[in-house]
Amino acid sequence: MIWEVFRQERKGQPFAHAGSVEAPDAEYADWYAREQFGRRGESVALWVVPREAVHEINEFVDELERNYHRVDGYPLKEKLKEARERAQASGTHNATI
Amino acid sequence: MVSPVLRHVTERAQLLLPIADDELVLGWRNSEWTGIAPFLEEDVAFSSIAQNEIGHARALYQLVAEELGTTADELAFDRKPDEYLCSRFVELRFVPDWAKTIARHYLYEQADERRIRALMESDDTEVAGLAAKIDREEIYHRMHAQMWFDRLQDEPRFVEAVDELRPLVDERGEHTPEFGELWEEMTVVRRSIAGATW
Repeated sequence: MIWEVFRQERKGQPFAHAGSVEAPDAEYADWYAREQFGRRGESVALWVVPREAVHEINEFVDELERNYHRVDGYPLKEKLKEARERAQASGTHNATI
Repeated sequence: MVSPVLRHVTERAQLLLPIADDELVLGWRNSEWTGIAPFLEEDVAFSSIAQNEIGHARALYQLVAEELGTTADELAFDRKPDEYLCSRFVELRFVPDWAKTIARHYLYEQADERRIRALMESDDTEVAGLAAKIDREEIYHRMHAQMWFDRLQDEPRFVEAVDELRPLVDERGEHTPEFGELWEEMTVVRRSIAGATW
């Protein structure tokens, strides 16, 4: 049975995936996780989770390409370039944007 | 003739050397599983325990060495076989018998707990302090041993091994025949380059 191990490097920091251990039950998993990811003082806490308990979501459908839902939906670089060109064309002096 | 490191033996040396020798020799025996344990996670775990035991031996030798005016290395490796004070129990070679290995691990940790707890009460504050440090690491060894005991307790081969080994815990005196071989291997490098500093 595979167990996923998440470790926290310092108090207050988020837990990050550290790796996995193979163990017959939770007790062994705890012990092996401690050995693999906690022995050298590299963690202040561990989360040990059976792999089946982790739900993976990996499909993010965007059929209509609504890119305004995304943080990169409005490429600012393009817009700045257009604005500069417009400003130059109109001969105004506010092209320092 | 007694090895030079043992010319003056103090009370502390008498108390700690048998324990340090047990830890060194058992650590050595358990490290024979490195790379060949029943599965990889256990290989890492058991090797780590073996290394801890040798670390405990080192710390104990150091306390003795300060008093005897020698070094931990000299105590660990420059004595003659019959000057080691380890029990016959830790000398036995069990590879590739995992049931016996775990049976010994379990019985040893139980006996070692009583011994370390007694040292923690010592009037010698350095000894008591070191024992407390060792005990904090041993807690995890005990957890590991108990975990295996729980898992194998209905396994006839394991039960047989525990029954067979239980009377041998802490049996001291004449060394086992396999100790000679262990000593040869353990000290061969130092003996081959006598007087070298590393």
